[in-house]
Amino acid sequence: MMTDTHEPIIEVENLVVRYGEHTVLDGVTFQVRRGEVFVILGGSGSGKTTLLRNLVGLMRPDSGRILIKGEDFTSMNGDDRIELRKKIGMCFQGSALLNSISVGENVALPLREHTKLEDSTIEIMTKIKLELVGLGGVEDYLPSELSGGMKKRAGIARAMAMDPEIIFYDEPSAGLDPIVGAGIDVLIRKMQETFQLSSVVVTHEMESVKAIADTVCMLQGGRVVGIGSLEELERADHPYIQQFFARRPYDEEAEDSAYARALTGLD
Amino acid sequence: MALNIERKVSSDETVISVAGDVDLYTSPELRKAVLEAVPGAAGRVAVDLSGVNYIDSSGIATLVEGLRSAHKHDKAFVLVTPSPPVMQVLELSKLDNVFEVRTTS
Repeated sequence: MMTDTHEPIIEVENLVVRYGEHTVLDGVTFQVRRGEVFVILGGSGSGKTTLLRNLVGLMRPDSGRILIKGEDFTSMNGDDRIELRKKIGMCFQGSALLNSISVGENVALPLREHTKLEDSTIEIMTKIKLELVGLGGVEDYLPSELSGGMKKRAGIARAMAMDPEIIFYDEPSAGLDPIVGAGIDVLIRKMQETFQLSSVVVTHEMESVKAIADTVCMLQGGRVVGIGSLEELERADHPYIQQFFARRPYDEEAEDSAYARALTGLD
Repeated sequence: MALNIERKVSSDETVISVAGDVDLYTSPELRKAVLEAVPGAAGRVAVDLSGVNYIDSSGIATLVEGLRSAHKHDKAFVLVTPSPPVMQVLELSKLDNVFEVRTTS
């Protein structure tokens, strides 16, 4: 398959998502180029989880479009949507492994559900995927027998099961100690480099961003406030980006004053 | 791109020539061709992969199945002139040293 590394594999156009009266995503627009690691960065409540849910097709937006490989994913229904979702791997924050079946069966599950491959082929594919993520030989273990870092790796192996073209990671290093988290960052980069995978990573961890990002998209209050390389964002003069990168807390005094004004109506 | 498979039998070798994309949907065709060819092959089984544009892990797993079957039937199993995409995925899967690879057809 010939691929142009500059062509966009995901195009998000003017995405708007509301929960009731509350606008969670407000005109979000960006492109993810084929083969890059695209990091969606933002604080709590910035809308990054909602954005991810829309990108993987777990939600539909109120307006706007998401094109995946040039096809309008947002308006797609039925078999077309299912076919396109097969090209997408999702690595959930809590790994989302099924605890009642072995690690190998977890990895094999998408293949058993969505393909007509023989069991013997699936068994070999499962071993290849587990070896790729550094978990060779653990296929018969139950998820409960794995450490947090191993569970993350198993989740990545399962996301890779169908040989996806795009893989999404939701807070991949959340809850891991810094050394194990750094190992996951190395693995994400390795998967991208070796398979030319397009990777979209939602995170708020700056150390992880430094390790993996080709492009960083900064969200605040449901809007894109900056997009570019990490170096470009570090030079940006947007106050929220500067505050986020400097890990400066919110100004409590200003917030207190605003609260008092709202309560009393006095300046 | 669809998968095209041709089989050529000689006195000392059965050559299976593969062209196109070997993926989740087409690898069962390759599996069928390889596993049918192995038991009755007069000599070695050679899978010519020079025309493969793309191969995924289901294709690599299929080649492993072919190798297993060849061992079981006491036959040699050779990959012939694997295209760069095939070599890359074999290396990534750490299986490039498992197969005998011939660089001339």
